[in-house]
Amino acid sequence: MHKYENTDTTPSPNEGITEPTRERLQPEAAEHAVAGNQKDLPGSALAVEHYIADIDETPVAATDSTVADEAPLSLWRDAWRQLRTKPTFIISVILIVLAVAIAFFPQLFWSEDPSSAECLLQNSNGKASSGHIMGFTAQGCDVFSRVIAGTRASLTVGLFATLGVVVIGGIIGAIAGYFGGWVDAVLARLGDIFFALPLILGALVIMQLPAFRENRGVWTLVAILVLLGWPQVARIMRGAVVEVRNADYVTSARSLGVSSFNVLLRHIIPNAMAPVIVIATISLGTFIVAESTLSYLGIGLPPDVMSWGNDISDGKDAFRSNPMPVFWPGLALSLTVLSFIMLGDALRDALDPKSRKK
Amino acid sequence: MLWYLFKRILQLIPVFLGATLLVYFLVFMLPGDPLAALCGEKGCTPGVAAALTEKYHLDDPFLVQYVNYLGGLFTGDLGVNFSGREIGSILENAFPVTARLAIEALVFEGIFGVIFGLYAGLKRGKLFDSTVLVISLIVIAIPIFVLAFMLQFFVGVRLGLAKPTVSGTAGWGELILPAVVLGLVSFAYVLRLTRTSVAENANADYVRTATAKGLTRGRVIRVHILRNSMIPVATFLGADLGALMGGAVVTEGIFNVPGIGSQLYKALTLGDAPTVVSIVSIMVLIFCVANLLVDLLYAWLDPRIRYA
Amino acid sequence: MRFSRISTFASVAAISVLALSGCGGGTAGGGETDSSAIITADSVEPQNPLVPTNTSENGGGVVVGSIFSGLIAYDEDGKPQNDLADSIDSDDNQNWTIKIKKDKKFTNGEPVTAQSFVDSWNYGAAVKNAQSGANFFSPIEGYDDVSKEGSEEDKMSGLQVVDDNTFTVKLKSPQSDFNLRLGYSAYVPMPESAFKDMKAFGENPVGYGPYKMAKEGAWQHNTQIDLVKNDDYDGPQKAKNGGVTFKLYQNPDTAYQDLLANNLDVLQQIPTSALGNYKDDLGDRSLDEPYAGNQTIAIPYYLKNWSGEAGKLRRQALSMAIDRDEVIKVILNGTRKPATDMTAPVLEGYKDDVKNSENTKFDKDKAKELWEQAEKIQPYDTSEKFTVAYNADAGGHKKWVDAVTNQIKNNLGIEAEGKSYSTFKEVRTDATSGKLTGAVRSGWLGDYPSLYNFMEPTYTKGANSNDSKYDNPEFEKKLDEGLQAKDKNAANKAFQEADSMLLEDLPAIPLWYQQANMGWSESVSNVKASWNGTPMYFDVEKSS
Repeated sequence: MHKYENTDTTPSPNEGITEPTRERLQPEAAEHAVAGNQKDLPGSALAVEHYIADIDETPVAATDSTVADEAPLSLWRDAWRQLRTKPTFIISVILIVLAVAIAFFPQLFWSEDPSSAECLLQNSNGKASSGHIMGFTAQGCDVFSRVIAGTRASLTVGLFATLGVVVIGGIIGAIAGYFGGWVDAVLARLGDIFFALPLILGALVIMQLPAFRENRGVWTLVAILVLLGWPQVARIMRGAVVEVRNADYVTSARSLGVSSFNVLLRHIIPNAMAPVIVIATISLGTFIVAESTLSYLGIGLPPDVMSWGNDISDGKDAFRSNPMPVFWPGLALSLTVLSFIMLGDALRDALDPKSRKK
Repeated sequence: MLWYLFKRILQLIPVFLGATLLVYFLVFMLPGDPLAALCGEKGCTPGVAAALTEKYHLDDPFLVQYVNYLGGLFTGDLGVNFSGREIGSILENAFPVTARLAIEALVFEGIFGVIFGLYAGLKRGKLFDSTVLVISLIVIAIPIFVLAFMLQFFVGVRLGLAKPTVSGTAGWGELILPAVVLGLVSFAYVLRLTRTSVAENANADYVRTATAKGLTRGRVIRVHILRNSMIPVATFLGADLGALMGGAVVTEGIFNVPGIGSQLYKALTLGDAPTVVSIVSIMVLIFCVANLLVDLLYAWLDPRIRYA
Repeated sequence: MRFSRISTFASVAAISVLALSGCGGGTAGGGETDSSAIITADSVEPQNPLVPTNTSENGGGVVVGSIFSGLIAYDEDGKPQNDLADSIDSDDNQNWTIKIKKDKKFTNGEPVTAQSFVDSWNYGAAVKNAQSGANFFSPIEGYDDVSKEGSEEDKMSGLQVVDDNTFTVKLKSPQSDFNLRLGYSAYVPMPESAFKDMKAFGENPVGYGPYKMAKEGAWQHNTQIDLVKNDDYDGPQKAKNGGVTFKLYQNPDTAYQDLLANNLDVLQQIPTSALGNYKDDLGDRSLDEPYAGNQTIAIPYYLKNWSGEAGKLRRQALSMAIDRDEVIKVILNGTRKPATDMTAPVLEGYKDDVKNSENTKFDKDKAKELWEQAEKIQPYDTSEKFTVAYNADAGGHKKWVDAVTNQIKNNLGIEAEGKSYSTFKEVRTDATSGKLTGAVRSGWLGDYPSLYNFMEPTYTKGANSNDSKYDNPEFEKKLDEGLQAKDKNAANKAFQEADSMLLEDLPAIPLWYQQANMGWSESVSNVKASWNGTPMYFDVEKSS
């Protein structure tokens, strides 16, 4: 052990001095301050193996007082105060609001209603023109209005499937990880069985259930994705809870007499949420795309439901000669995912007590 | 610890039974008459249809079919599929191929995902971080069947760097391109997970302590930040191994990999229950074992976690 | 064995040389034709063991067709030529005497005799063997006894061996085109050893044909099937190359990519996704020829909008509302030919202007007019939306179904859309059991080159592929008249009349005739399509 420490401390003199500086400063300010300084520091000249913190720059007192002050504020209120000034948060919220608005009122955005407009073969794969800024699909339909019209189905699938897996998977994972023992065994193994079911099998069977057979649509798809997707979130949640439940603050809360349920709710889950948020934001995108893969296999949304996935799947055939009908819905999908990823990151930062402290 | 292991292995039995029962039932419920697939577009004569029904026990009630299947299983006989081939020999040929594919994909997403994620997490908000964000967005937003065709066309046909399809032997080298395609979406997950965990842990007290006591940046990152950030990543990778094996239907189809994904898809479209169940139950076992390994890994990654 | 290994090596060398030299240009790649070179071709994993009487799909079909020859072979235009047959004669179209050539041997050394034929046919017909091709023996007398559910009989009374090289066939009723059918793969002979262990035979089949299996285990499941030339074959389909390796693909798009990368010599069918690019990609290394197959939309009579007098008018209106030329030009890149009847152009007796063929011509105004007439008789029930069902697991159908339904929507003003079924068996189950809620994509690929084969299985009452459940005694009488006809011209005339009856009633809307649309690599030449659209592998020449 000792030997390793010695070898480790010798190399990379540059890092040895600059990085502690960064750690010492708080992240918000540090990003800029250090970024500028780093290059100027003559690393070799300052190569010191053991760094001793500068008293002036270590805001010990400030830290303590802040905590005392802010404590009465609720976690969420505090998070909100931090969020509302963050540009990534603001941008992502604007994008999401826009997407939701398009989903609710597509008629405000499109120039023609794609479900009643004629798709004429003479326009097949046509280039962009006035009134049709994104060109035409192979069937001669207007790409722009289809992208607008597809927002509702795609967003619904993505949002509700994500919500479903987070709620179901999150609860099951948290319970399994927190209580352990036979509860964990049963829930985790149940997850294994569901996770091993091939998506196609699940999709084929569920679509055949009486409730879905006649009105195969967005909600069928949400059900399929949730049913087969929850174990992933459950695994991640369980892992995070297992990690957190042994943390010191949990032990202290418990020894203070906080009830088991309250410990789980107030201390463990908020601290275990970070990986779940990451998984959820990405899953949102993969769920929207999964719809398109299912369409490719012929078990996605019916053709009369317009969605980005259906359009991407349809555009694939002419991809080499006309990639645009794939590009535009793909871009819409990317922007949606991007805004949720940014929102997730901002939210996580705001909720994380370690980065929130100051 | 041994007792824990023993318990976990014992749990495989109900899981296996539960999974086979559930899957057999689902396949039994599949829409469409298997005979329609067996007889093709031009149909069978009623006599032939009756003979086929009897041959594959299609008329038996669900439980009888299932018990027959289980009975065969215990004598080591998985039965034959609708083409008259031994399911055992199909699995023997196809499984190693898919296993190689999944392992390569896992290694790819594990290594690149963690490295990129670590770097992005340490340099949050910088150019590198934004670049990998865009890359992962592209990977997430383009469906695998489009991505696979693009890569196959540009790498395989235009540049000629690799063959567009995989040969019958499906060696490690040939599988690199399909494995990268297969692992791309998971790569995005691993990357984002690592980035988040690293970013969170980089602010942790023990990291500050470690830095303060004078450890080099490299060691702090490796031992303190990375190791503590690995729990969600390891969980994801463990669960992903099974997902990669079962989810390779599209990738295997496009690169013509003779693995289980294609067998599974074919069996599903035919309604061939014994084949589907055999494949899925092996998948469940792999899941359970991978998850067991991950659970053991937790204890190594974070010594506070103990198993009794 | 040695032979096969050397030639495989040669073909590998040929491919790598070409890959190094880059673009070859021209058709034959510049090298000399090497009659021992092995060509690679695409196929799919055969669904069943390679038993001729149990092979009804393409994957098994191309292999069985290459290693088994029957009494006759069809040339490029579907004209029959004697292969194993010396003569096939009948005075009354009911009692046939078949003489076969002497001294022909299966590739395992067993002689090909009249008994081989009779045994193989009896095997194929007997219900206890559950062969999917059993139907092909149904005209033979005694078939009903061996095909009854649960029957243990396996000898049809209509088959008699006269001597080693002669046998007679007695049919239930006269069939004027019976001799024409005998080139179909269900009628080929199998050696005696096959019947001892059919399971082993199906893995390593032995026949008499232009090719043979390269070795024991030449069928590497899901990967490839190796065939080498049968030097003892002496018939009209003698191979001009050293063998065929069928690479088994899961996805037609993938096979196309392999062709572009010069990993494949002959591609059976350019996939729909490449239709827009293949002329640029392949230059003159592709062909586009009609074959005996068609695409239709069958509309069931049990749908109330589409039955009765109003239904008939609506069917005609629908047919005229489809601009076939435009769909073919835009969606299918000109790779099909608009259909004007229910058969196919390569068949003998086909006419492109049979009576009522004007019902297949695009005429928007006439369509509207007919629709209005129908409305007066019985208003269209909008709750029964017009859909066209197709299976998505095979791919390629969605595109044209979408285009056709869009045209119907635009030209008739009714709701119309595609209805995708995830699997083939689901569509077939609904179609055969009469549970469709709309139309279904349908069509026929000829088993043997005859007009009759395009109408009997699809439009006669109770036939397996009669998806529209069409039932017209007049029409069936016409077909019978054709079967009983003394000479070919009279038969075809009756079949044409039956054809125009279908064109009036339109149980199915004819869309287009299929075209063989194949591509090949720089190292092969002389790729031709047979009458049923498969490449004539034996004719392909490969340069070294």
